[in-house]
Amino acid sequence: MTNAVLKADQLSKDFNRRKIFSAISFDAASGSSLAVTGRNGSGKSTLAKILCGVLTPTSGTAVLSIDGNAISPERLHRHVGLVSPYVQMYDEFTGIENLRLAISIRGIVRKNDRQLRDLLQQFGIDDRRNDDVRTYSSGMKQRLKYAAALLHEPELLVLDEPTSNLDEQGIAAVRDVMSRQKESGILIIATNDRDDLRYADRQVTVEGEHT
Amino acid sequence: MMMRSAYEVFRKDVHSEFRTRYAMNALIMFVIVALSIILFSIGDESVTPGVLSGILWVIIFFSGMSGLSRSFVSEEERGTVLTLQLLTEPSAVYAGKLLFNLILTVSLNLFIAVMYVLLVQQFVVQSPAIFWVTILLGSAGIAAAATILAAIIAKANTKGTLYPVLAFPIMLPLLLTVMNATRLATEGAPFSEAAGEFQVLVAYTVVVIAVSVILFDFVWKD
Amino acid sequence: MIRSTTGKALLSIWLTLVIVAGLAMPMVPVPRTWYELPWIPGLEQKARIILFHVPMAWVTLVAFISAMVYGIQFLKTKNLDYDLKSVNAAGLGTVFCILATVTGSIWAKFNWGSFWNWDPRETSIFILLLIYGAYFALRSSIEGAEKRAALSAAYSIIAGVTAPFFIFVMPRIMSGLHPGAKGDEGGAAPVAQLHMPPNMLVVFFASLLGFTMLYVWLFSVRMRISKLEEHH
Repeated sequence: MTNAVLKADQLSKDFNRRKIFSAISFDAASGSSLAVTGRNGSGKSTLAKILCGVLTPTSGTAVLSIDGNAISPERLHRHVGLVSPYVQMYDEFTGIENLRLAISIRGIVRKNDRQLRDLLQQFGIDDRRNDDVRTYSSGMKQRLKYAAALLHEPELLVLDEPTSNLDEQGIAAVRDVMSRQKESGILIIATNDRDDLRYADRQVTVEGEHT
Repeated sequence: MMMRSAYEVFRKDVHSEFRTRYAMNALIMFVIVALSIILFSIGDESVTPGVLSGILWVIIFFSGMSGLSRSFVSEEERGTVLTLQLLTEPSAVYAGKLLFNLILTVSLNLFIAVMYVLLVQQFVVQSPAIFWVTILLGSAGIAAAATILAAIIAKANTKGTLYPVLAFPIMLPLLLTVMNATRLATEGAPFSEAAGEFQVLVAYTVVVIAVSVILFDFVWKD
Repeated sequence: MIRSTTGKALLSIWLTLVIVAGLAMPMVPVPRTWYELPWIPGLEQKARIILFHVPMAWVTLVAFISAMVYGIQFLKTKNLDYDLKSVNAAGLGTVFCILATVTGSIWAKFNWGSFWNWDPRETSIFILLLIYGAYFALRSSIEGAEKRAALSAAYSIIAGVTAPFFIFVMPRIMSGLHPGAKGDEGGAAPVAQLHMPPNMLVVFFASLLGFTMLYVWLFSVRMRISKLEEHH
């Protein structure tokens, strides 16, 4: 197991000259999990994107280090997985094509079709692997997002609204992912769901600021 | 590693284009419609080669404006920008999209040029070497400028109308140069006479790509 | 920055002197005294335009370049104050660009016979107008101050690196009417002050300085207005 550490230092984000949140600091290491809570519009999703390196904070830093080496922003995508309502799959491709696409563009791990099907099986969508994503229900799309986020076995997994759109079977699969991630790496959950919160060792509350 | 990833982004766009034919069908129809209008309006009139060279590039400019924003706008509209950001670094996205637009522009403009030469009787190319080199270099310049501008307008609200508005002043030095080179080609000028035009085109393309590479990070990431 | 009343007063006196001198210095066939300007056949009184029109075009260019430089600084620092500077510079640039275009065009009517001739410099200023127009069209269609600032900065930089190509492209394509254009003695000099007598040169540079200071003063006023609006 690699030893990853995520260190957030005084993060703040403005949108349209208004502060969404400010002064968020925490750190999390491999084998731990953290929940980000806060009411709607407080910036949980924004914080999730910043931690994944796809959004630049207005001030402050979020640094992921692996075995003591800080990962540069342009390489961060190799070590991070994000499941979020803002992430979309390519509609015109099938489920398994979306996974192949993700693997070839990221280009760090190879997986054969057998392994991809196992992953799809884990989320119960293997039988629909050859259908275009545009035919998927929102729950199935959510399951596919999980499969895509786990392809490269990321050290840092960020789940924004992890159980939204999912049925009981889907939720069970997600719980399974959460328990395994908090053993092997860092798990961050942005949620207000009480059941999800049980998977977090600690909580950070994002206080949206109103001006 | 980056180049590999860029190539995979390019391949994804090509596959996506073959699946959906968003750009291709519309572009080919655009070219046919534009050519028909030109042919109807020329009729039996006699038109100077200078004007005909200009018209050719007007068709090329507007066809580019109707298709080259697609690769970025579709990512933005479908919300796959974040997905792509999570898969690879910005420079790979830029390089992949540039390659896609480059190939789309070159093949589209070759198609337009062939149709134009065949259909517009009065347009006689006397120096084919100058003409085809102009088409290729001009296409490269258009693709370079169109790609970074597409990345910009993908984030704006009024994408379709804004694109030519932003592109025209940026592409004008290029357009004036290719129009002049095309006129030289119709006058049967020796190849060396267009060398200056070609230098401008190459320099333009290189400068635009270089500045795009620097700016793309700021444009791509929110 | 000119903020004090003295500064304002000095600027207005300076510009008044420039305007009076530019309009009132008599033109004679053979200048003898320090205040007499040469009478150039074919240009006559119309030669005075150079004292006002060129400084306006100059300010347009200064504003264009400073909007771009502030854009670069915004991208470096993400400080929205630079975006405010950028947009105010571009706004003033547009005003001066229109003034330069209109004065030039009126002059062209009387000297070359038509308001617009697509001479290289007329074309250049027209393109600058288009760039300013595109810049503001882009700004108005982006939500979110940060994104708007970043994208319009990017656009101004792209425009800034492609516009110089006109310097190479224009002379190959069109022959110019302006002094300093292709075929004219003095080559591709940006302004045609080369043949001016010393006293006219003094007025010319005084005007150039006056207009630049006018721009600086207007810029500082607009910046203060923007800051007040921001805090309403």
